[in-house]
Order: sequence, then C-alpha cells, then structure tokens
Amino acid sequence: MAKIKMKKKSTSTDMTAMCDVAFLLLTFFILTATAKVPEALPVDMPSSVAQTKLPDTDLAIITVGKDKDGKSKVFFDIKGREIRKRTLEGMGAKFGVTFSEDDKTKFSLMDDFGVPVANLKDIIAMKASDRTKANQPGIPIDSLDNQLKEWLLVSRRAAIDLDDKELQIAIKGDAKEEYPQIKKIMDILQDQKINSFNLVTGMRGRDF
Amino acid sequence: MAELNTGDGGGGKGGKVRSKKQSSKVDLTAMVDLAFLLITFFMLTTSLSKPQSMDLSLPDKDPIKDEIPVKVDENRTMTVMLDEGNKIVYYMGLLATPIAGPKDIAYGKDGIRKELLKRKKTVLEYSAAKGKPKQGIIVIIKPTKKSNYKNLVDILDEMAITGVDTYAIVPEFTPEETKLLDKK
Repeated sequence: MAKIKMKKKSTSTDMTAMCDVAFLLLTFFILTATAKVPEALPVDMPSSVAQTKLPDTDLAIITVGKDKDGKSKVFFDIKGREIRKRTLEGMGAKFGVTFSEDDKTKFSLMDDFGVPVANLKDIIAMKASDRTKANQPGIPIDSLDNQLKEWLLVSRRAAIDLDDKELQIAIKGDAKEEYPQIKKIMDILQDQKINSFNLVTGMRGRDF
Repeated sequence: MAELNTGDGGGGKGGKVRSKKQSSKVDLTAMVDLAFLLITFFMLTTSLSKPQSMDLSLPDKDPIKDEIPVKVDENRTMTVMLDEGNKIVYYMGLLATPIAGPKDIAYGKDGIRKELLKRKKTVLEYSAAKGKPKQGIIVIIKPTKKSNYKNLVDILDEMAITGVDTYAIVPEFTPEETKLLDKK
C-alpha cells in the first residue's frame, strides 16, 4: 500500500520581486524628497484652484499668521542662500548690527524668522529645533518701525545684484487672518511699487 | 522562513571530494525590511506637493496725474461685499438703484458662482446689444474689516473659475453700504 505522503512545503518565499518593488519606491522617494522643515509660524493656508507652483529661487515669502495666543505675527523668508547672505549684510549695515561670517553662513541655511533685526543674532545662534520653540515676536510692521519694508528693499536689491532678477514676493496667510492685516502687508508691498505678487494657497478641486 | 545554505549536511566520509552545490537563493527578508523602513521614513518626511500660488496683480496705488477717471457703465458692475461670518452681500449696478439685490449669498458653487455666471451672461448680452460685445462684467470686491483672508482667496478663486477678468479689490465703503452691512 502506498502511503500518502504529505508534501512538506517550504516556508520560504521568494523575496526578490518584493525587494525590487521596495527599492524602486525607495529610489523614487529619495529622488523626489525635499525635506519637510518645521515652520516657525505654522499657518493653515486657504485653498484655491490655482495651478501655478511657487518658484524655488528668487522668492521671498511673507508669512502672516496667528500664534497660540492669537496675536498676529509676520515672518519673513527668502529662498536662495546667496541672496540671504547678501540681504543679511545689507540689513546689518542698515541697522548697525555686525554679523560675522559664521552668522551669515548659518543664516543662509535657516528658514523663516520673525524677530526684529536687533534680536536676529540670538535666533541665528540657536539650534534649528529651538528656533521653532523660541516664540519669536514677529517682524515689526508699524509705521514707526517698519522693518518688513527694509527687509523687502534689501532683499530685492540683493536679488537684482546677484541674479539680475526681480525678487518674487509671495504672501502666505492664515485662512483665519483678518483682512486688514493682509491689507497692511499689501500696502507695504504697493508702497514699493510691487503691484504683482503671489498668494500661497493649498489645492482643491472646482467642485466645492 | 529564512533559508540560508549553511554548508553540507553530512560529514564527508573520506573518498571523493564533491564540490558542494551552492544554492543561488539568498534570503532577502532583511533587505526588504530595511527597504520598507526607509520608504516609510522618506514618505513621512517629504512634502510631496509644492504649495500652489495664485497670482494677484493690483493697480498702482498712486494714481497717475492728469489721468481722466474712467467712467464705467453701472449696468456692467457687480459689487460683492465680503461680510463677516463667511457671508457675501452683492448687488448689481448702483446701490441706490440696483438692478439686482442687495442680497445675501453664500460662497461656493451653489451660491456666488451661479450668480456670477448668470450675471456674466446677461452683461455680455447687454454689451452686445449696445454694440460693444467685448465688454464683460466688472466685479468690485469689497472686503470688510471683519472678513478674513480665506474669504478673499475664495472670492478671487471664484473669479478664476467663472472667468471674470475684470475685477478690483476696493476696501472702501460708502455710508449707504456700511448701513446695509450693519443692518444684518
């Protein structure tokens, strides 16, 4: 009599295909990656159907939003390391603050900030993780002490000097920010004859 | 499940030296583990989509001297006031003698968009009847102090969706308009 033999199945599976897929995806993600940086002032942008993307270089972003206490703050960010360096130099000269070479290098690598120029050194000296926690007071935009205006002027000049290109300005506002505050920023821009700028928004479909 | 060939099974008992047959299978489990770990890491740390941006061009703030103010046909203008609480008040023409409204309306496709498309069509017909078929609707956007940034972006978005090319943001209110908004 023939015994029925149970075939012993091997528990090992062929991982080759899985490995292929995994590495394909991994390559894709590595190549498309742009590191997400924690923002110093997180804002919830409104969404629109606009399709144009923001440029990567020659761009200044003005972030308008509210902090945890509900106070409106203005932060400023410039894309492009060389422009940042040049801008810091210009601002230092204007406000009588001297920045060392080390400060400039550090400043060129950091992201948005929201402090008066006098306190900028402290922020530059901080570690990146501490900057987001530092509770920065925002850039002064009053008519008495309008530093945002100076930042814009100096950075635009830097962009023209370096790349011979007009700096693009984008406003990144919080959805709940009141209109007068946005209007104030637009007025500052228009005072410098910047009549065309971008509003940073999220994406949405036409059906809402 | 891990299967790695580890040498021969039985001890060689003298005699012939046989070349061992090496299995070509390598255990890939660990490698796959690692790959997926990295994938997860990259997926979570990347921001895939760049934010969108909306172009906004405003007219020059300082009016050019000697410029004759352009008179606009009131039949072509639609005034949209952005009120607090995500509400819109709109009217066509002049507030004293409005063609339509003033009326409350909501944002979105069933509210302001429907109205805009309808008005756009009637204005085009009106212009065509007058012999200037190219003149479309003019929308005046008036954000109140209590409206927020989202309202502004929303209404500008509606302009883009409905294809209204001529619009202006005017944050100035006539006394009549203020009264109208206060009543609500």
